[in-house]
Amino acid sequence: MKAGPGIPSILKTAFVNALIALVLFSLMVGIRTEAGASGQLTYWTRFGELVSLVAAVFGGSIVLELLRQWIGPTGAEKLVPPAVKSGMSFIGRYVAAALLIFTLLVPVIFYNQRYILDLAILVLTYVMLGWGLNVVVGLAGLLDLGYVAFYAVGAYSYGLLATNFGWSFWVCLPLAGILAAFWGVLLGFPVLRLRGDYLAIVTLAFGEIIRLVIINWQELTGGPNGVSGIPRPSFFGIPLDNSDDGLAAKLGIEYSPTHRIVFLFYLILALALLTNWATIRLRRLPIGRAWEALREDEVACRALGINTTTTKLTAFATGAMFGGFAGAFFATRQGFISPESFTFQESALVLAIVVLGGMGSQLGVALSALAMIGGFELFRSLETYRMLVFGMAMVLIMIWRPRGLIGHRAPTVYLTKANAISSDLVKEGHG
Amino acid sequence: MSGDKILSVDRLAMRFGGIVAVQDLSFAAERKKITALIGPNGAGKTTVFNCITGFYKPSGGAIRLSHDGGSTIALERLNDFRIAKQAKVARTFQNIRLFPGMTALENLMVAQHNALMRASGFTFLGLIGAPRYRDAEKRAIDLATDWLKRVNLLDRADDAAGNFAYGDQRRLEIARAMCTEPALLCLDEPAAGLNARESAALSELLLSIRDELGTSILLIEHDMSVVMEISDHIVVMDHGVKIAEGTPREVRDDPKVIAAYLGADEEEAAAVMEGGS
Repeated sequence: MKAGPGIPSILKTAFVNALIALVLFSLMVGIRTEAGASGQLTYWTRFGELVSLVAAVFGGSIVLELLRQWIGPTGAEKLVPPAVKSGMSFIGRYVAAALLIFTLLVPVIFYNQRYILDLAILVLTYVMLGWGLNVVVGLAGLLDLGYVAFYAVGAYSYGLLATNFGWSFWVCLPLAGILAAFWGVLLGFPVLRLRGDYLAIVTLAFGEIIRLVIINWQELTGGPNGVSGIPRPSFFGIPLDNSDDGLAAKLGIEYSPTHRIVFLFYLILALALLTNWATIRLRRLPIGRAWEALREDEVACRALGINTTTTKLTAFATGAMFGGFAGAFFATRQGFISPESFTFQESALVLAIVVLGGMGSQLGVALSALAMIGGFELFRSLETYRMLVFGMAMVLIMIWRPRGLIGHRAPTVYLTKANAISSDLVKEGHG
Repeated sequence: MSGDKILSVDRLAMRFGGIVAVQDLSFAAERKKITALIGPNGAGKTTVFNCITGFYKPSGGAIRLSHDGGSTIALERLNDFRIAKQAKVARTFQNIRLFPGMTALENLMVAQHNALMRASGFTFLGLIGAPRYRDAEKRAIDLATDWLKRVNLLDRADDAAGNFAYGDQRRLEIARAMCTEPALLCLDEPAAGLNARESAALSELLLSIRDELGTSILLIEHDMSVVMEISDHIVVMDHGVKIAEGTPREVRDDPKVIAAYLGADEEEAAAVMEGGS
């Protein structure tokens, strides 16, 4: 093994790191400010904590550098011993089935824990959104920063149709999907010529436009007040309430508000699984292969006679349609929607789920939605440090897995054996 | 020149701003023959290719493609993907453009996109798994397998194309172009970067495409050993204009061609002489 840098170099790195820490923490930790009794600004210094933090960074840098020398110049992946790796690949084969079975049983296991059921519904909503966006970003390689627009279109479609015309959820659900897909195509047309960063900026703007239109078109959308009194979903026409026509009365069981939660859980699970099934199916069809080919090389696609315009538009429309379904579900679950629910934050979160999961991987997206939404809840007890710990966890995962949790691509067709394709070869697109 | 012409380029001109890349170029490619377009670097060969395959819109002139059935298509009026889809012109690229993250088989399946799209009822029939689509997919896999066999890559069908050696990528790209079942195959420097053995295999492959499948081929090539061996007709370009054309023998002895190559690059001129002897 080649000898690493000497002690002076290690000390230098540690010193630089400590200096950066000093600059950062001197204001964040070193000086504490608070509003005083009469509203004036009071502050005091905390040099003790500052010194210990900087010292920790200094010491930590030295340890890290020594570790790096000891292990040698290897990729982070090689840190995982082979035994663990083979174990992981064994788990990997069954993790999807195990997760699905567990998910199906969640309402049974946690029947009396409303908090967990609500959280599970939230996670599944983001799984569905992630899978929907995965079609656009992961498969077609078109970076979409305005995905929340379609979520909003779906939610408002159902909210407005249901409150104004009294249409049932099951009629509105496909309509919400169709309307969202329509807006997907509308967005698609102007951005067809754009690539990469420019595409991302226009989609970002599109997301904001939809939100601003919702805020300002008061007569239709109620503006910032939102739409309230959105009907709850019925069990195919039978309401899930305490009345005599309710499902509980018909089945002759005692009514419990949990019934509706469990129903919502299975509803979003079914919608998410529909998204997953459709995506897996589409990948193996010519349209799905064309999406992936478009991500790999657009010029080659044109030379093979593939209409890149319609291919891109169908990707946008398909992704938007699933976003619209999820939006309709969101509206019926909340019973109230307002523009505040559809900020850029949501788009960024869904995109982060797709990127963290490994672009194009269905299982990866599901796992990362669980990690992002569930993990965020897990750190609730840390209160103020929640964001910090969460951010650090994200950074660590991206160092460990720079191409996402599931970083390889499965071929859509094979002659003898489906060899997983290393993510190093797969292009990210953004074309 | 006599015979059945598949492609006729008439007074083609291409200007980029003030720069004239191709000027008043006329030539024809015969059906079921191999036509080569040669010339020193910067002669405008790739520009001609890009005009024929729709990547550039020519500034002037006409490009006519006549199919077996007698129908004639004006290529200069079609844009990008329609040339491959309707006019059945396939091409490869000077710097290989495969889909590196997809397997060899997938690359060949993408090439059959349009046929499969129709069979899948524009996705709807395919989504419900209609037998008609399944049959079409099976046939598509068979065609791809056949081409993998021809280019000697069958055992690597399920490997990512990006992992292939350079020569294998070149052959796979030709196979992919052929999977679109073209009437005219345009190859942009197919022998670039190949060693002598691979070049010989390439010549054999191109000859078999011409003789067994009757596909017309138009190629740009610098490797004179390949050009002189397989071409039926050669068009020589320099500075955007045609300076000579004819059979390999005629072109080789043409003083203008020799001058062009000598003027441009001594090594290339020597290569012309050597390739022919």
